[in-house]
Amino acid sequence: MIEAARRLWQAVRAATGDDAYERYVAHWREQHRGDSAAPLDRRAFFHEEQRRKWEGVRRCC
Amino acid sequence: MATNNEAIKQAGRLPPAVSWLGWAAVAVLAALGVAAIASHRGESIDALWFIVAAVCIYALGYRFYSAFVAAKVLTLDPTRATPAERFNDGRDFMPTNRWIVFGHHFAAIAGPGPLIGPTLAAQFGYLPGTLWILIGAVLGGCVQDFVALFCSIRRDGRSLGQMARDELGPIGGAVALIGVMAIMIILIAVLGLVVVNAMRGSPWATSTVAATIPIAILVGLYMRGVRPGRVLEATAIGVALLLLAVFGGRWIDASSTLRAWFDYDGPTLALMVILYGFAAAVLPVWLLLAPRDYLSTFMKIGTIVALAVAIVILNPAVKMPALTRFIDEPGPIFAGNVFPFVFITIACGAISGFHALISSGTTPKLLANERDARFIGYGAMIIESFVAIMAMVAACVLDPGVYFAINSPAGIVGAQAADAVATISNWGFQVSTAQMDELAREMGEATLFARTGGAPSLAVGMASIFSNAFGDTLLAVWYHFAIMFEALFILTTVDAGTRVARFMLQDMLGAVVPPLRRTSWYPSVLICSALVVAGWGYFLYFGTIDPLGGINSLWPLFGIANQMLAAIALCVATTVIVKSGKARYAWVTVLPLVWLVIVTSAAAWQKLFSPDLAIGFLSHANDLAAQVADGRLVGAAAEQAARRIFNDRLDAGLTLFFMLTVWVLVVETARVCHAALSGRRCPPSTETPHIPSRLVEDWVRD
Repeated sequence: MIEAARRLWQAVRAATGDDAYERYVAHWREQHRGDSAAPLDRRAFFHEEQRRKWEGVRRCC
Repeated sequence: MATNNEAIKQAGRLPPAVSWLGWAAVAVLAALGVAAIASHRGESIDALWFIVAAVCIYALGYRFYSAFVAAKVLTLDPTRATPAERFNDGRDFMPTNRWIVFGHHFAAIAGPGPLIGPTLAAQFGYLPGTLWILIGAVLGGCVQDFVALFCSIRRDGRSLGQMARDELGPIGGAVALIGVMAIMIILIAVLGLVVVNAMRGSPWATSTVAATIPIAILVGLYMRGVRPGRVLEATAIGVALLLLAVFGGRWIDASSTLRAWFDYDGPTLALMVILYGFAAAVLPVWLLLAPRDYLSTFMKIGTIVALAVAIVILNPAVKMPALTRFIDEPGPIFAGNVFPFVFITIACGAISGFHALISSGTTPKLLANERDARFIGYGAMIIESFVAIMAMVAACVLDPGVYFAINSPAGIVGAQAADAVATISNWGFQVSTAQMDELAREMGEATLFARTGGAPSLAVGMASIFSNAFGDTLLAVWYHFAIMFEALFILTTVDAGTRVARFMLQDMLGAVVPPLRRTSWYPSVLICSALVVAGWGYFLYFGTIDPLGGINSLWPLFGIANQMLAAIALCVATTVIVKSGKARYAWVTVLPLVWLVIVTSAAAWQKLFSPDLAIGFLSHANDLAAQVADGRLVGAAAEQAARRIFNDRLDAGLTLFFMLTVWVLVVETARVCHAALSGRRCPPSTETPHIPSRLVEDWVRD
């Protein structure tokens, strides 16, 4: 029951992009471990994401 | 490993006989549903029939037609690595769960379009619009979205404009770019007009819509500074404040001093929307645009789900007749016969070219597996089409007399309530001033007459459906909730559209004056934003002072532009299919393309040259010019006429431009396809070579 609720909550977070930072860090650990720089912190990551996301056609009629 | 998974999957399937019986039952139910709504004449019909017909047709279309397109025409290849896998950078390109991609894609394609178009098209009765939404989506719109998504996936996630240039040559590319720009300007103007008509003379609605701006800014500051990236927390706060604003509006409306601050006429509101649009375009996105987009997406999905549940459970009676007299005589909301104008009025929900921009934008960069293109491309459009069906139901549960009283502009039925009621009752749709006054009082409005644009009538429809479930006392609150909900995401489209058009303009002007191309250089931002806002602001402002309400001339223009964009996407798709050696299946995209070319050309021709003053831009301009020349219009009236003549000719010029664009593209497509088939020189297919997916071991994921 608790497990089901937790998975539902995870699904909601994934669908809304609430967990974007966690996903980014996981991706970074997997792909860029060897790089010299550290992963972006939460604030820098979010700022960067927002800038990137709005450079194109995002919404429709 | 793969065979093992395949075996497990096989074991879970129904035996073929059971499956076929089940689908036969769905087909019978679909036929019954369509027969019920098509043959029904008389008092009223249950909304459930619309839902049954729609769901069954969508299910059949998805199960069989999209499977055919996926397997035979496009030959989706699950072993092929997608751009998301090949270019995985954890940001733009990223293999993402198919349900999440579906959600993002749907949120991006579904705007106010499918709510407004069907509401306006209900003037023909429910039947023409409903059939077009169902058939147009299954055979046209869904296919377009799906094929555009597929083409982009096979081309490293390139945009429609780039693909048009690559596959059709430079002419196709340039025409596509200018077309997108033009459609954006018209779209924003007409959407702005819908919001203005909903707020005109209504302090409650205006204060609620105005409150969405500081609420969005608050949410933006929260997500930026206080708790970066906590989308759910920020949204919860925002939604709570929005609901508070809806309730608070009643209190503002009741206070005689406060209500004066929010009580404006159309032109003043138009100027405010224009100023707002400019501010939103030059302010940083994180402050206004991004948080507004979050709020509107959550509101949109929540309200659509609530509406679907309410319609299914409450099963309201649809009171609009199947066909009205306006199928072949000029209607009050817009003029023109059912052919071709129902196909122009309902673009979003049946087939919308705008979607091709999304299908070739963010979405193709997220798909983990090419096979999911069917679910996301075809599937998301089915849901949008279903939204359009619900909008049609919500408009048609109103008494037809009430529907026409709300939506008919004063220039046609008369500015006085008594005149309007008399005209509408003369058409055979009974309505009385007492009934309209009572309705306006229930909704907390001063009047509901001549609120052209679709938002108020949809809000009345939604309010009456919702209040059936939750009691009559909240009717006014539901109404203003519906207005707020529509205004919220219309303004999101206004902001986002202005921004996109600005980027395009910067890019185009940058070819002449290089520094303008720098997207973050402030003088360039200010100049280009001002130009874009002036473009749509012009149409918006003159829409509000047009005695026929503006929607009359702008909505058909928007429909033609949107269908033109769809034609461009289908041209590109057809070329791709022919070049891939599948010419015998090219009818899959040629069929909707031919239909769109017929309806846009017919509609454009009538808007240009019809002698009927209500339809033809040029004949209307000439008539006004003759009146001025005769001295029948003098002084202020003559001045106003001069402006209207100019606007008519401007609209005519745009219509001509759209029509020529479509034909240039069609001729180019025919030329390139013919060259490809006869082995002559043509731009080669730019499909990327097959690279095996490394995610292949677990591609049987579901």
